[in-house]
Amino acid sequence: MSQPLSAEQLLGAWRRMVTIREFEERLHREMPKGMIPGFTHLYSGQEAVAVGVCDTLELDDVIVSTHRGHGHCLAKGCEVKPMMQEIYGRAGGLCGGKGGSMHIADFSKGMLGANGIVGGGPPLATGAALAFRNLGNRRVSVSFGGDGSSNQGTVLEAMNMAVVLKVPTLFVYENNGYSENTAAEYAIGAKDLAERCAAFGMPAETGDGTDFFDVYERTQRAVERARNGEGPSSLVFTCTRFFGHFEGDPQKYRAADEVETFRQTMDCLRKFRERVTAEGWLEESALQQVHEEVLALIEEAVEEAMAAPLPDLSTLTTDVYTSY
Amino acid sequence: MPVMSYREALTDAYRLAMRKDPRVCILGEDVAGGAGASGQRNIGGIFGPWPDFLPEFGEQRMIDTPISESAIVGTAVGAALCGLRPVAEIMFSDFLGLCLDQIWNQAAKFRYMFGGQTHCPVVIRVNTGAGMSAGSQHSQTGYGMMTNIPGLKVVVPASAADVKGLVMTAIDDPDPVIIFDHKALFTDKGEVPEGEFYLPFGEAELVREGDDCTIVAISRMVKFSQKAADALEKDGITVDLVNPRTLSPLDEETILESVEHTGRLVVVDESNPRCSAATDIAALVASKGFASLKAPIELVTAPHTPPPFAPNLERAYLPGPKDIEAAVRRTLKGRTT
Repeated sequence: MSQPLSAEQLLGAWRRMVTIREFEERLHREMPKGMIPGFTHLYSGQEAVAVGVCDTLELDDVIVSTHRGHGHCLAKGCEVKPMMQEIYGRAGGLCGGKGGSMHIADFSKGMLGANGIVGGGPPLATGAALAFRNLGNRRVSVSFGGDGSSNQGTVLEAMNMAVVLKVPTLFVYENNGYSENTAAEYAIGAKDLAERCAAFGMPAETGDGTDFFDVYERTQRAVERARNGEGPSSLVFTCTRFFGHFEGDPQKYRAADEVETFRQTMDCLRKFRERVTAEGWLEESALQQVHEEVLALIEEAVEEAMAAPLPDLSTLTTDVYTSY
Repeated sequence: MPVMSYREALTDAYRLAMRKDPRVCILGEDVAGGAGASGQRNIGGIFGPWPDFLPEFGEQRMIDTPISESAIVGTAVGAALCGLRPVAEIMFSDFLGLCLDQIWNQAAKFRYMFGGQTHCPVVIRVNTGAGMSAGSQHSQTGYGMMTNIPGLKVVVPASAADVKGLVMTAIDDPDPVIIFDHKALFTDKGEVPEGEFYLPFGEAELVREGDDCTIVAISRMVKFSQKAADALEKDGITVDLVNPRTLSPLDEETILESVEHTGRLVVVDESNPRCSAATDIAALVASKGFASLKAPIELVTAPHTPPPFAPNLERAYLPGPKDIEAAVRRTLKGRTT
């Protein structure tokens, strides 16, 4: 097969995927220390979806994310250090410490927010796409959602609305097998989620969420359709999460060896690494060097976040309104 | 000054706003009407506020949607984040239950939750109120609940002039605004300034001035309170009548100053009484204006029941001029000053 992306693009994708993985693995180790407030939902295992999708987008395209949003943020270009500070509830965080893990946003990067409400995002992405349609530009929007969100009325309404208004948006479903503690197989009445999406009247397909290249190519085709005024598409990517629904989830609903098995068989980073080195597209040493740079950056980010100032109490009541 | 109906004032305001700013669009069920149907297109909305908007502004700006309240509001909110000035119409305020998340957890929170990096200039307009025997699910208000939401502005126009000035301000406002247009006022007429006309949020209207009691009345209840005040005046009782115009922000100063002058307060709201705009205004005066009060505060509201269907029951459910008059008289009972 010919090389689908330049070496620079491939190395960039690797950097983003490794950043997400190491960011989340580090948070998993930091959480029990008690310095990170609130609820955290880790994205480890799903990196190829976030990066495969976002690498097809331009800076001014927008995404709307979920409660499990760290991966989407990093893939769309949010910087590690202000993200880490946000998660630690510090003044230097992307939202000044008022959002936290579930509400990270960076509008300058087209990242319109992680969302603590399952199914909250897709209507917003449909609206973003309506704005792009009406303003006459070629931008697109993407909403990420899990298999769990696919059963929310808001999402079903948004899919129909997007088809009726023929707006340039993508509904990306990451089927990691679980809606919180309940299996997707149980909770989704229609066994084929893509078929259900197609029934709304849009192209819909299922891809391998552990294969960066499969995600990238399917998304690229859907983005192209959207930019050409051909309306929305749905993409379902099968994947797995390496941690629980939230940090602290004992995961009793998963078989004892499930995660370990999936780490061996469904690791999107390992698959990427094997592929690009076997094809001769990237050198192992280049991958390793990026990995080390990422580890150093995350180490710095954690140290700085823990030492960073807390939000000033005067910000408690600011930015509720623009003017009131 | 031209005289026009509440409905005509609505039309005038939205037409001017849309002519002025190409980013303004209206989306909702049947806002243009007849999309994809075999008969007439351009019905102009269920209560008729958008006549001939479709030919003038086109399908990109007069957007007929499926019956999907969550998606209507959510789509408008998302579009507001990305450069449009959308107006989402929810046909009856009772249907806010279907799209509450997009208002409460999304639009109203974005600016705060994202640390001030964005704002959300969306307008949600709803038809509200009882008086048409529309039954329990098409007659409620809901502005009390909305007033409880930080980040949202809540507008309750009581007259044709209010509608025009407040709608034009709402569309220009950078924050999410919900406007409750009272469907029983649509044919009521009043003087309305010509051309662009803006009424500021958070500034109440002193509808009439008097000395004996303050009436704060919301939306259609301003009209009923006028009738009560006319009747009281025959007995030499005069009232300050305050129309808040917006419940969030609330013009606390005008209300407190009036109570300081009269020493008595009647709050009139056709909503249910618990955790309502009426209790909020009563609490304001009880906590910040207690020293001015010469009598207990009177609340004139609907009972704590859903709106009934049968016309006689609905008339009993709604506060009327006689209820307001009686409440004012109660505040004056045994008065010595």
